[in-house]
Amino acid sequence: MIYIVTHYWSELVQGIGYTLLSSVIALVFSTIIGTMFAIFEVLPNKAMRVIGRVYIEIFRNIPLLVIAMFFYVIIPLYVAKIDGFTAGTIGLTIYTSSFIAETVRAGIQSVDPGQMEGARANGMTYWQAMSKIVLPQAFKIIIPPLGNQFINLVKNSSVLAFVAGFDLMYQANSIASLSLDTINSYMVVGVFYLVITLPLSYYMRHLEKRLAN
Amino acid sequence: MKKLKRITSALGILSLLVIVLTACGSRKSLSQQDVLQNDRANNTITWGVKADTKLFGLMDVKDNQVKGFDVDIAKAVTKRVLGKNGHAKFVQVTSQTRIPLLKNGNIDAIIATMTITPEREKQVDFSQSYFDAGQSLLVKEGSSIKSVKDLNKPGTKVLGVTGANSVANIKKFAPKARVLELSDYAQAMTALKSGQGAALTTDNGILYGMATQNPGYQVVGGAFTKEPYGIAINKGQGDFKAEVNKALKEIEADGTYNRILKKWFGNVPGFDYKEAAR
Repeated sequence: MIYIVTHYWSELVQGIGYTLLSSVIALVFSTIIGTMFAIFEVLPNKAMRVIGRVYIEIFRNIPLLVIAMFFYVIIPLYVAKIDGFTAGTIGLTIYTSSFIAETVRAGIQSVDPGQMEGARANGMTYWQAMSKIVLPQAFKIIIPPLGNQFINLVKNSSVLAFVAGFDLMYQANSIASLSLDTINSYMVVGVFYLVITLPLSYYMRHLEKRLAN
Repeated sequence: MKKLKRITSALGILSLLVIVLTACGSRKSLSQQDVLQNDRANNTITWGVKADTKLFGLMDVKDNQVKGFDVDIAKAVTKRVLGKNGHAKFVQVTSQTRIPLLKNGNIDAIIATMTITPEREKQVDFSQSYFDAGQSLLVKEGSSIKSVKDLNKPGTKVLGVTGANSVANIKKFAPKARVLELSDYAQAMTALKSGQGAALTTDNGILYGMATQNPGYQVVGGAFTKEPYGIAINKGQGDFKAEVNKALKEIEADGTYNRILKKWFGNVPGFDYKEAAR
């Protein structure tokens, strides 16, 4: 195991770099997009609610690999030349955003409707009430499930391996075939994933404790 | 203080995991039995073959059988080793899974477009070579890539398959090119079609098969390496290896080999059947 780490250090570092980069991009954008569609789903406007529902149900129910392959194979043919890393990260963002949307929607709906009514009665607009009163309370409630989504996102970034995205999993396949030491190669990469996900997991727990009154 | 304690406990868990995993990793492989004896007792040899490679081993979706040159050679060798009623069982492998499957004992031998290389010989034993391939390039017709030299520019992307020897070769022959490794040939071909790389590289035998399946694509540059294919067998299975080698010599001597070669490569444009015949 030590041999794999020392001998393929540069590959592993490159892998962890691409995995982190893809995860951070996907985390930021999937949170933004997810929150947006969650709000769509609770809007009084029915058309917007339908749009939110359709988006979530489509991307939540298609395997991530299929979404990533779509961006890797179909989009370059007809729309724009994107490489494997970009295709995989876009796929990961869209896929995760549908799950985050569901989580955030549940959070918004668990905030007492009286909060919204009270804010509106005090002269706030719908958007002011949503962003200043409802969403902050909703996010506090959903930190544990959101943490789950973030951890899943990091692990799901291994989809990049299938579209040649140079991530940890891609390097693992490559190292396994170069060193012909399959067992140890995948174990090393498993530990590398832990190095990313364990601190994330601890941080989310810390956040949860800090925000609990 | 509390924070420090939490960090140390996290590190503790992590190091414990590393120790446990290292212990698992150093365990010996399970396949220490005599393959030849087992196979004679069951009257079956289990072969690892490709299922995505036209001409060598391709799954026929109509009857769910893998068909190709490798498969026919394996059948012929089985008949020589176990007798006329010997049964050949086929398990699908990829470049990436074949050595682990062999080492775990899931398959008895690999006959899956596998080049004999010194690195691999450290892990497995090889029979004598049963096919002489050479690495080449598949490009879209009219591409500016004419040979492996044209790939040696920064920013050029070359498609290959994880675990294939050809990927390592490209790093040698065109060090400036970036190699994208995909999981199998079907996926690499799809990536070539959607413009993810300038060329697809692997052994010419496989590329000819892809060119016949995909009009508009051609093999260019000729062979720039020698890739003798061998049958891989676990270390320490000397008896089985000797039997396989004997069987290969027999089918070459009695014309079975040439018949199989002609069946698969006789009509492939650009393939010199006479040169490959034995």
